[in-house]
Amino acid sequence: MITGEDLILACSAIGAGLAVIAGIGPGIGQGIAAGYAASAVGRNPGAKSDITSTMLLGQAVAETTGLYGLLIAFLLLFVKPLV
Amino acid sequence: MELVSTAGAIAASSDMGFMIKGLFSYELFGQELWITTTHVSVLIVDLVLLIFFLATKRKMKKASQVPKGLQNVAELIVEMLDNMVKGSLGGNAHKFANYVGCIFIFILVSNISGVFGLRPPTADYGVTLPLGLLSFCIIQFNNVKHNKFGAVKSLMDPIPLFLPVNIIGEIAVPISLSLRLFGNVLSGTVMMALVYGLLPIFLKFGFPAVLHVYFDLFAGAIQTYVFCMLTMTYVNDKISDA
Repeated sequence: MITGEDLILACSAIGAGLAVIAGIGPGIGQGIAAGYAASAVGRNPGAKSDITSTMLLGQAVAETTGLYGLLIAFLLLFVKPLV
Repeated sequence: MELVSTAGAIAASSDMGFMIKGLFSYELFGQELWITTTHVSVLIVDLVLLIFFLATKRKMKKASQVPKGLQNVAELIVEMLDNMVKGSLGGNAHKFANYVGCIFIFILVSNISGVFGLRPPTADYGVTLPLGLLSFCIIQFNNVKHNKFGAVKSLMDPIPLFLPVNIIGEIAVPISLSLRLFGNVLSGTVMMALVYGLLPIFLKFGFPAVLHVYFDLFAGAIQTYVFCMLTMTYVNDKISDA
């Protein structure tokens, strides 16, 4: 017998899976940042440390939107706000 | 039905590994409060740091010209932090080196405490939000101190119609700072717990060390660096635009 609560839990699991699709965007963004950083180091190897720290900073900011999706997934799975 | 009850059992057993657990409760002003694993982890991290600092202080009283041992380590850390602050704040570095160095060491030790079997304190939003609010206070204090009325004027930057948007933009800073740190450390903790839960007993020794190096050491160090760099970038943004 599937009760209403079971249905909500199942749908929460599906929703959590959908929420982490948000990881696609940061993945593309971080890849682009790393690619340009690599070509920048290729052109100007002397500025390697500056380029690396700028790249890491940009990647961390780009990662934030993906983390919001991940947090929504955690909330749906473990805090269960809808039950 | 069988499936649903199994899923429930997995959910129930999985919040053993990485959820915040209450150790014992007490009453304060008629409200029930809990001492949790986060409190214990923060205390352990603080004690370790305190012991290290006191030992360093004792050592530095009889410091020698040629550093060796603990003095060498302490000078290396201080020099590295000073260079990091100087790299992004330039001439104003001496004002912020203390604050940035302090939160850098605390967040770094908190993040890598997962290697030693603690639940990292930064995987609790109650720890990262105060850190974000501290940075917010530093940013806004320097904004008002440096720009005087320009701080209010910059909120209405191209036209006064943009006031709510700019206010939201300022308030988003501590939230995004703290959520970034929290999300990264929490995801590492959850993934480690899931891996430990999945592996058979004879694989639990050795293999997860690789994941510990990535999630705890690498991601922890990167996020520490990013938190401090972003704080300094925001501060620099405020004190240099006049």
